[in-house]
Amino acid sequence: MQTKIASYFGRRRNWTIPYVLYLALFVLIPMLLIVFYAFANNEGELSLTNFRKFLMQPEAMNTFIYSIGVALITTFLCILLGYPAAYLLSRMDSARAKLLVILFILPMWINFLIRTLATVALFDFLKLPLGEGALLFGMVYNFLPFMIYPIYNILQKTDKSLIEATQDLGANPRQVFFKTILPLSFPGISSGIMMVFMPVISTFAIAELLTINNIKLFGTTLQENIYNGMWNYGAALSLVMLLLIGFTSLINTESNTKAAEEGNLI
Amino acid sequence: MTKKLVTYSYLGLLLAMLYAPIFIIIIFSFTEAKVLGNWTGFSLKLYTSLFQGGVHHSLTSALWNTLIIGLISAFASTLLGTMAAIGIHNLNPRQQKAVQTANIIPILNPDIITAISLFLLFVSIGISQGYTTVVLAHITFCTPYVVLSVLPRLRRMNPNLYEAALDLGATPLLALRRILLPELKPGMISGFILAFTLSIDDFVVTLFTIGNEGLETLSTYIYADARKGGLTPELRPLSSIIFITVLVLLLVINQRAVKKKL
Repeated sequence: MQTKIASYFGRRRNWTIPYVLYLALFVLIPMLLIVFYAFANNEGELSLTNFRKFLMQPEAMNTFIYSIGVALITTFLCILLGYPAAYLLSRMDSARAKLLVILFILPMWINFLIRTLATVALFDFLKLPLGEGALLFGMVYNFLPFMIYPIYNILQKTDKSLIEATQDLGANPRQVFFKTILPLSFPGISSGIMMVFMPVISTFAIAELLTINNIKLFGTTLQENIYNGMWNYGAALSLVMLLLIGFTSLINTESNTKAAEEGNLI
Repeated sequence: MTKKLVTYSYLGLLLAMLYAPIFIIIIFSFTEAKVLGNWTGFSLKLYTSLFQGGVHHSLTSALWNTLIIGLISAFASTLLGTMAAIGIHNLNPRQQKAVQTANIIPILNPDIITAISLFLLFVSIGISQGYTTVVLAHITFCTPYVVLSVLPRLRRMNPNLYEAALDLGATPLLALRRILLPELKPGMISGFILAFTLSIDDFVVTLFTIGNEGLETLSTYIYADARKGGLTPELRPLSSIIFITVLVLLLVINQRAVKKKL
């Protein structure tokens, strides 16, 4: 018996098996369960009631569309603020840039709920009203580091000789940026988008705290349904979200796998 | 010169925005007021009461639970992920691609999807939710990151080294310990740290898998607190301490890395 096990583990590729089993049990089956619950009614029969409810009930649908809007604006603001930062960091000497990158990532070490509550205190302190503005600030505040890091990573690895070549060929600084640097950094931007867009739609807690429960995002809708025992409807809403994820990641699968391999998704 | 000035003022402004709420927490950890934002004079009372055992029993136990769950999950995912990475490296290209694609799914899934899917799994099987389910869930979303940090080191390694060790008469186990593991160690360490960080910072997945038997981690504790309307004042000094510790640690590591390069 023992030699059998030993010879089995002697083959290196078999070392994948425990993890593959783990993935099957805790990732694949659970996701299939979402599909299964989504297409069943409360009695466990196959039905489309949940999806009909989603399309007919304006509340969940409105929250969904509103959340996509908030996510789009947040993602846009993160690129707008984060790209220049990543670019400037990539131009610095590497020791100093590394230190600054650490400073950008560091706030994530404080629990995001505490940070969000502190943001509420900050708005109170500055006598600013809580609401949509506070929500967007909180979202950008929470997700900006996820945009800066992958873009910085790509820009820093960019082959400097390509930029020099563009300059040698007579491009002015603006052309160098738009024709060479920006296109080369697209993979970084796209992994940044993946790291910001979907999580914003699905966050809950942040929106409630920053808008005194006036605005809720799709994540909250999901959570409320599951918590109130409406598993089937909650699963259907989760499936809607999964489809959206599938759709957005299909657009940039190639750059995703590449980015993940290079560790940019972290 | 102006270029430098623009660079630093822009980055400085962004950092000020990121750090403003944190500074508020740190400043207001030195006052007694119950509500964050009220200043009632300088005091260290919150720090002393944080360390007085018994007073905030639930907060301390939440902190311990967070750390223990973090350590177990990080340890288990490092083991599982490193084994998986070694295995993946020895698969044929098509199998490699399949496993790697499956490996990215938990990373691409938003927290809440992972949370709901695992919740449905646990209720379907009928396991009572608690410590075990939280740890299993954390291993699920931590391991992919370990695989991703170990795999590049395997790719960069000279494959002949391992073969040479075997040719020279080393058993596979010895070759693993002497050749492979030292080479993979940096990747394993960064994977471990990442897993630990993700675990202690997680809120959504924990909330859905923790059950309702009174088990709390720091995140669920704060969430319950926030919904009740206020933050336990002792969380302010606690967050400040965590923040300063991590800041100092990271700066020291960074300094050492810089010196090594020189």
